[in-house]
Amino acid sequence: MRESGLREAVASEISQSGVVNPVTAVLLNFRGYDTLLEMGVLLLALVGVWSLSSVPLPRQRAAGAVLEVLMQALIPVMLLVAGYLLWVGGSAPGGAFQAGAVLAAAGVLALLAGQRFQASLANWPLRVLIVSGLAIFVTVAGGVMVGGARLLEYPLQYAGSLILLIEAAATVSIGAILTVLFLGGRPTGKGGE
Amino acid sequence: MIHPAFLYALTGVSLFALGLYALIVYPHLLRKILAINVMGSGVFLILVGLARRVPGTLPDPVPHAMAITGIVVAVSATALALVLMLRVHAATGRAVLPDDQPKR
Repeated sequence: MRESGLREAVASEISQSGVVNPVTAVLLNFRGYDTLLEMGVLLLALVGVWSLSSVPLPRQRAAGAVLEVLMQALIPVMLLVAGYLLWVGGSAPGGAFQAGAVLAAAGVLALLAGQRFQASLANWPLRVLIVSGLAIFVTVAGGVMVGGARLLEYPLQYAGSLILLIEAAATVSIGAILTVLFLGGRPTGKGGE
Repeated sequence: MIHPAFLYALTGVSLFALGLYALIVYPHLLRKILAINVMGSGVFLILVGLARRVPGTLPDPVPHAMAITGIVVAVSATALALVLMLRVHAATGRAVLPDDQPKR
């Protein structure tokens, strides 16, 4: 079959991308602008959900014994797996979206098991977590322009570290956004709107 | 012998067609949302299946990247659609669009 597509182009330029895994190089370097806009789409979906309904923060309730044990056993492992997926994304299948999805699964498991978070955490700390992914991505994308480069053109010796920084912020942000989307509305603290 | 990548791609196309049919035919909004998710799974299957169209080499990384972001965007779009459906239900009492309701 005749070769078509961008596989040859990616393979020839990957040494300048800062990572070894071609999918991560495409996501965070060659097509980084698409990933930037995709973080914006996630935020837009959250803004849409929050503007449509608001839910009161439910009280903590005790889960059944099985769910309690499962939660205590699984959530630390899921956090570890998310951290590993984030780290290994540079050289093997992994990266920000995969780690963020595992983080969101841990968050949804905690919510399903009746674990509730403090009302004080649901205000600006939550908002900082949610915005941090897109904010750091935009900061790095624009910050490299200070040295005279174009948008998202990482300097070669810092490309790997910048990609890891962006991925770390994106992981936390994606996990927080997907977990809060599970609530189905803007969480309001005790005391009403 | 048909190329294996085409088998995956044809399965993805048939999933897309099934989802499109269900989206058009069924009036209940939850079924429409599930149909859109099935269409999305079909599209992801096409993307990932056709990434291996050249046997014996590493797969094409660009469709993989598109599928990764696509899955996360599909999840958040489904969340937004579900909240919209809940608002329609709260406003009209039924999770059916006004022009789909049976005429009396």
